[in-house]
Amino acid sequence: MGVKQRTKSLKARGSDLADSFYQLEVLQQKTRKQSDPTFPTFDSKLKEAGHPSFKAGKAEIFQLNIGKLCNQSCAHCHVDAGPDKKDEMMSRPHLEKCLEIIRENNFSTVDITGGAPEMHQHFRWFVEECSKADVKVMVRCNLTIIRANKKYADIPQFYADNKVMVVSSLPAISEKRTDGQRGDGVFKDSIEALVLLNEKGYGREGSGLILDLVYNPTGAFLPGNQSTLEREFKRKLKRKFDIDFNKLYCVTNQPISRFLDYLISTGNYHSYMESLVNAFNPATIKGLMCKNTLSISWDGYIYDCDFNQMLDLRLKNPSNHIDNFSLDDLKNRHIITGQHCFACTAGSGSSCGGEILSE
Amino acid sequence: MANHYFNSDDLKKFPGISEFQEKLGKKFFDYYGEVFSEGALTIREKSLIALAVAHTIQCPYCIDAFTDNSLQNGSDEEEMMEAVHVAAAIRSGASLVYSVQMMNKIKKTTM
Repeated sequence: MGVKQRTKSLKARGSDLADSFYQLEVLQQKTRKQSDPTFPTFDSKLKEAGHPSFKAGKAEIFQLNIGKLCNQSCAHCHVDAGPDKKDEMMSRPHLEKCLEIIRENNFSTVDITGGAPEMHQHFRWFVEECSKADVKVMVRCNLTIIRANKKYADIPQFYADNKVMVVSSLPAISEKRTDGQRGDGVFKDSIEALVLLNEKGYGREGSGLILDLVYNPTGAFLPGNQSTLEREFKRKLKRKFDIDFNKLYCVTNQPISRFLDYLISTGNYHSYMESLVNAFNPATIKGLMCKNTLSISWDGYIYDCDFNQMLDLRLKNPSNHIDNFSLDDLKNRHIITGQHCFACTAGSGSSCGGEILSE
Repeated sequence: MANHYFNSDDLKKFPGISEFQEKLGKKFFDYYGEVFSEGALTIREKSLIALAVAHTIQCPYCIDAFTDNSLQNGSDEEEMMEAVHVAAAIRSGASLVYSVQMMNKIKKTTM
């Protein structure tokens, strides 16, 4: 197995931050030293901006985190995924229940993430069933999985056969920057995987096969302008490797899990939080992904977003599990917020679909 | 008053320079914003130029600001260091070109 470990999971390291409760304590400044700066709460900023209550709209995107097992362990991973996470995987009955919900509730998009979702034993079956249900299937593919083992080598063909929309992380067109975040050898394997996806038509004009890339900063800074970065990525990938892709999504790193650990251990936590708070932009609020997305955990619980899922901020709603799912109950629900939400509202905003306020 | 120059926290106070001259301050920031927006040059290219100039004028605030800004806009360390070398080459060239004057003088005044 081609494992690429930039770091070990917080759990494997026995870090206090492996506990989401402790992460929330840090974010809420309950562990603050006297000399540390204080930050306004996200809720106070929402109120100032004229949004005292923050509610969801109709859910259109059904996002499943089908498991935390991954062939990589990146330094910024908000899931704390890695090769050691073998137990936190969605069961077949839960996947079947998700399919039933997807079919019955007319979701426009199923967004499958992990870990490396391809490592789940029922992944291919699930994708095929979603595809048959005529729903847009989006898979968050880390690229290196395609090069990790012979059994994943046909993934590009599988994706093409099922018209899967592929969304892949590539933080930089630089080996040093990419490997520094994601592990030694990741850049090289990612480029090889992109070439294989291009060969199947992904990202090529007129093929109808979508290959989008995700850029997230390789350190304690916020992403720049999405259209500028997209142009730069397209120019460099074409010139250096003859690679094409469709869109680039800029995603701000969330100050949770391993990225929170990185920020604290490098002395960047306060300045990063300050940057997020100072960049708070109320105009991003109406486009936040929590407004139209449901995030499902490997054990079937429902959350407002993937980040709330990782912080165990479970819905305070009777329909907080797929076993008692009700779309009507979930509409207009109160969205659970916290200091981490500053990451999605900074600057032009950030979501799983990239910048919120695109030019 | 601080007993030292160049406090990194002062960078955050930069927008406050309008306090003592609002009209000119506003004109400056409007101009500054326009210069750094996307134009014939990309934001990334402008940021690299600013980074190089910051080294030439040895402004620690600008170096901090445009290191962050260059990273945010997709430049990597190799490109950023090359930009600084461009600045350094022009700066050293500007000193060396004066040596022509020295050489002229030597040639005129020596046998």
